[in-house]
Amino acid sequence: MAEFEPKIIAFVCNWCTYTGADLTGTSRIKHATNVRIIRLPCTGRIDFMLLMKAFARGADGVIVSGCHPNDCHYTSGNFHARRRWILFRSLLNFMGVDARRIIFSWVSAAEGAKWAEVVNTAVKEIRALGPYDEYKNLAPIRASWRTEHAG
Amino acid sequence: MTDKKTIKKSSLDDLFKKMMADGKRVLAPVRKGETVLFQEVDGYSAVAADYVQTTLSAKEALLPRCEEMMRFTTAQSTVSLEEGPAKPSPVVVFGVRPCDARSIAVVNAVYLKDYNDALYKEKSDSTTIIAVSCAKSDEYCFCTSVGGSPGSTEGSDILLTLIDGDTYLAEILTDKGKAVVSIAPALFAAAGSEVKEKHLADVPVQFDLGALEKKLPGAFDGAVWITQSLRCIGCGTCSYVCPACTCFDIQDETDGTRGMRFRCWDSCGFGQFTLHTSGHNPREVQSQRWRQRIMHKFSYQPDQLQVVGCVGCGRCSRACPVDMNILQHIKDIVEAR
Amino acid sequence: MQDKIIQKAKELLSGGAVQVVIGYGQGTGDRVRAIFIQKPEDAGRLIMDGRCVQNLAGYLMKHEVRALGRAAIVARMPVLRSIAQLMYEEQFKDSDVAVIGISDANELVDLPDLNALKEYVRANPLKLTPEEQAEVDRLDAMTREERWAFWMEETSKCIKCYACRASCPMCYCARCTVEVNQPQWISVPSHDLGNLEWHIMRAMHLAGRCVNCGECTRACPVGIPLRLLNQRIIADIADNFGEEEDYALAAFKPDDKEDFIR
Repeated sequence: MAEFEPKIIAFVCNWCTYTGADLTGTSRIKHATNVRIIRLPCTGRIDFMLLMKAFARGADGVIVSGCHPNDCHYTSGNFHARRRWILFRSLLNFMGVDARRIIFSWVSAAEGAKWAEVVNTAVKEIRALGPYDEYKNLAPIRASWRTEHAG
Repeated sequence: MTDKKTIKKSSLDDLFKKMMADGKRVLAPVRKGETVLFQEVDGYSAVAADYVQTTLSAKEALLPRCEEMMRFTTAQSTVSLEEGPAKPSPVVVFGVRPCDARSIAVVNAVYLKDYNDALYKEKSDSTTIIAVSCAKSDEYCFCTSVGGSPGSTEGSDILLTLIDGDTYLAEILTDKGKAVVSIAPALFAAAGSEVKEKHLADVPVQFDLGALEKKLPGAFDGAVWITQSLRCIGCGTCSYVCPACTCFDIQDETDGTRGMRFRCWDSCGFGQFTLHTSGHNPREVQSQRWRQRIMHKFSYQPDQLQVVGCVGCGRCSRACPVDMNILQHIKDIVEAR
Repeated sequence: MQDKIIQKAKELLSGGAVQVVIGYGQGTGDRVRAIFIQKPEDAGRLIMDGRCVQNLAGYLMKHEVRALGRAAIVARMPVLRSIAQLMYEEQFKDSDVAVIGISDANELVDLPDLNALKEYVRANPLKLTPEEQAEVDRLDAMTREERWAFWMEETSKCIKCYACRASCPMCYCARCTVEVNQPQWISVPSHDLGNLEWHIMRAMHLAGRCVNCGECTRACPVGIPLRLLNQRIIADIADNFGEEEDYALAAFKPDDKEDFIR
């Protein structure tokens, strides 16, 4: 049987991680292809519901990444985001949602190699955790009506 | 003439098992923490004892809080309907209170009047109601004020009344009821001259329904709605626990090219219930929504559907987070000069 | 205590300082309910005892109540906290509300204006009681799978009546996220996903704002212990961010914990 290929959605900020991921490519660094990137203006804009939507729609893991502290394009978006993440991770864990499937990182525009490493590590870890059917099957549209090429 | 039999309490587990062997799902009140909810059970031992009223009504057997209406796939410019899930197996709802059984007539009046709602009809046809008379009532009960009684047979297929510690008088009221007896005839015995009346809870009549119905049409612009609903917080609890509330919302959920349509409960207590696309809301404030709730049940439905939209189960008052007591409010309206 | 409240209400009403006093009065059977006293001679209907726990602060935002005029509100600690938070969120002006404050020690607190209220709330930071903390810890001690099973079972009872939202003074949005449908953030139907998303969202949107009054749990007709979610967050805020801010999520420290960030 083929190895499980997790589907991972990365929510990244426009100014650091997205540019960093761009650098990964221009630097010809290869990484696993399981990650789809969604670019947002700032980590401060990454609403927790985006993450939950990703899981509901079939993601097995999520990466959230933005500028290092003190490097935010908007000065403090990442600081505010970080506080929310602290509470959000704890809440999810408290509700029994598998918070290990949400990977947070700071990747700057200069860290193409780090982005590749974040992605590769995430893929390895999520692959080990297996598909997140527990969550994606909560929706009747998934649970009672599975098709091969959903969404 | 109603067929009267008796059945021993100790035989009910056998009856449950026989009904299940016959391919029926049995729903019965089950205690969960401080609530009593209808759930599928696998034997009589799971059934809650010693409660006045279930937290939610048995309505959900016929009108689920969320039910699939259809599923579809889209491609380019076409939409195709897909085969839905298999038809649900027949259900027996055990332990329904007579007020709840009466409420089915209200739901029928909405869903089976000029248009047979297929989803509802299917469930209605395949559901058998085994009601149990009330030996207890509380200060929230007022079935007798709206035409019911703790031993009313209306809406039930079988009505059980406990006539001594271990024996139920079973009134077999419909063909569905007879079908249940025929699954396990040996569990039923012929009834003697027992009457149920002295085993029923005493629920006094609290107001004159006719007087209320006469009064309401002229009360539309009164100040009473504001006074009564000052403390109403606009949640949907009263509608959702109500056995006779029938309003629904339709929601589509899609995932890529696939979609599902659901029917979900909705409530006139919500501010958005009547919100128009234009932004206009004919019921802008809570007092208007409260008026709608009372008017709909006690004026519009009797007028249009010849049925009172309330069976006096008292659930809305028990469940209301802010103690909106429907009985008290109605009495105040009737008694207002 | 009750007599003092009645006296205060009478004074406020007869002096014309307020047009309505929001407090507790006799309800059905043993219950108490919110009452709205508009005449000094009706103030005697006010009750204050152990049953008076409903958080009345939400009524200050209600159209029909506001239409009655300037209000005074009988306010125990959670109500005082709610008012402070609502002020922080600019839902009131100082002149909008008078407060008949009651301390945790069941003493009348003199709060001549809402600035005094703010100071009083700051001096009494929100903390979980040992019993509340123990219940949070009990869930924490479970395995993740057990917690998942616990919440799936609890949220499966949810009927989406939104009594938790309606009863919460902090849930005053004219349009709640669950009603935003372009895009549809929260699945509306009361199925497993819709219920879980709702409860995650509710807890997160109250993070740093919840005053632990417990109204959501008392209001829930099917007995979901909702406030545990809020209490987990309250404990996390105290543990991670301390107590100095009015609203922890509007603030940050450069050295906030980030051991989970790669």
